[in-house]
Amino acid sequence: MKSWWRGLLTLAGLVLSWHLLVTLGDLPSYILPDPGAVANSLWHHKGPLLHHAGVTAVEIVLGMVLGTWLGSGSALVLAYSRRARRWLLPMLIASQAIPVFAIAPLLVLWLGYGMGSKIAMAMLIIYFPVTANFYDGLRHTQRGWLDLAAVMLPKPRPWAVLRHIAIPAALPALASGLRVAAAIAPIGAVLGEWVGSSAGLGYLMLHANSRMQVDLLFAALFVLAALAVSLYFLVDAGLRRLLPWHPISPETETD
Amino acid sequence: MPVQTSTAVSAPPPLTVNLRAARLVYGGLTLFDDLNLKLDGGSFTCLLGPSGSGKSSLLRLLAGLTPPGVSGELRGGDGQPLTGKVAYMAQQDLLLPWLNVLNNIILGQRLRGERLDLPRAMRLLAQVGLADQALARPDTLSGGMRQRAALARTLMEDRPVVLMDEPFSGLDALTRLRLQALAAQLLVGRTVLLVTHDPLEALRLGEHILMMNGRPATLSALADLPGAPPRDPGDRAVQAAYRAILRRLEVV
Repeated sequence: MKSWWRGLLTLAGLVLSWHLLVTLGDLPSYILPDPGAVANSLWHHKGPLLHHAGVTAVEIVLGMVLGTWLGSGSALVLAYSRRARRWLLPMLIASQAIPVFAIAPLLVLWLGYGMGSKIAMAMLIIYFPVTANFYDGLRHTQRGWLDLAAVMLPKPRPWAVLRHIAIPAALPALASGLRVAAAIAPIGAVLGEWVGSSAGLGYLMLHANSRMQVDLLFAALFVLAALAVSLYFLVDAGLRRLLPWHPISPETETD
Repeated sequence: MPVQTSTAVSAPPPLTVNLRAARLVYGGLTLFDDLNLKLDGGSFTCLLGPSGSGKSSLLRLLAGLTPPGVSGELRGGDGQPLTGKVAYMAQQDLLLPWLNVLNNIILGQRLRGERLDLPRAMRLLAQVGLADQALARPDTLSGGMRQRAALARTLMEDRPVVLMDEPFSGLDALTRLRLQALAAQLLVGRTVLLVTHDPLEALRLGEHILMMNGRPATLSALADLPGAPPRDPGDRAVQAAYRAILRRLEVV
């Protein structure tokens, strides 16, 4: 697997330049700790890091699941009902003008300091890409398939056409939405944790920051990045397996 | 190997198709006006014409895929509308890429919520020579195989009228000849209208051949050829008729 090698090489290069920057620039450890110190902190605090990473992971995954359901449901309603389209589409687009960041304090106020508000944040942040992508896919069913179905059906059966043709045909579009969702859901969860929480990697980062434990802050950041990257690759691999007929693989195109 | 059994799927009783006073105005352009077309029950008719002559629109009109700006009276020989009595095959195979071949064949039954007749689907797949590919995904098949599957799906619908819009034009020459022979054999007894821009295809397959040209387009019947389809493209009568068509289209 060449891509693995490339990833490792990039990582090694980044760590090396980080180390060089610290030693050559003679930076104090409270500004930028050495990679060695971060690795040390990672090992030293592995218990709490794991605990908080678990909390954040649960928030992200639950947010993903709920957001996917809500987004797919909305897209189906939009695709199926013209009235819903007229009323909901402008609202949906206008709602995107309000940054999720701005309503984070409200969510914490309403849903409390626990996981609820963070799950809601992750859900809200992925709602739009999921809805927009799936709805777009549902609207662009190949004309010929719809013609074929129309000739096959003596009486129109929109639900049957949706179920057997339009929805499966839109799954690749939904999959692109889910890939975006996997990349941004961690942002929602961590944002929620920053606004107010007692657990999670976001909480740990704020906590470490206020105590000048910059090495722990970086360790938490590293764990968060690892979490986000593995989530993305898991989702991507799962989608590829579920949609084997769909020729999407940017890597295989070039090689 | 494909098994050509005599337990062949029988065709429903033949149905005549009558189209009266058809008119299509598209983008301010009258493609055809006061067009009349009668297809005898159980006959194979080829509709020949240059691209843009409106022949595909005419076929879609017959299929009930009414484009805006079209009018006309369409009835079956029994005086009833054609809804539910037509099967349609297009130039693209229109196989759903997420379903295997077998599930593509029974799509119509799925959509209508009917009981699935898998034995019949398997028999049809055997007749088009795809019994071994029943569980294959369409993207693993060649163009010819995909169009065979589309033919099986068309036959699975078991409608008295079959409308085909240049179904073989995307295939290489040899595959096309084979599929033409297969279609001629399997569509016997149904009222078929096959739209094509290839004079040889029309001459090979058509019991009757109609030509559509001009603007607004008119239909004119060519003299019926001797012999039953599929005819040999090298046959002398076919060659003579081919030359006559080319002369008429002012190619030679």
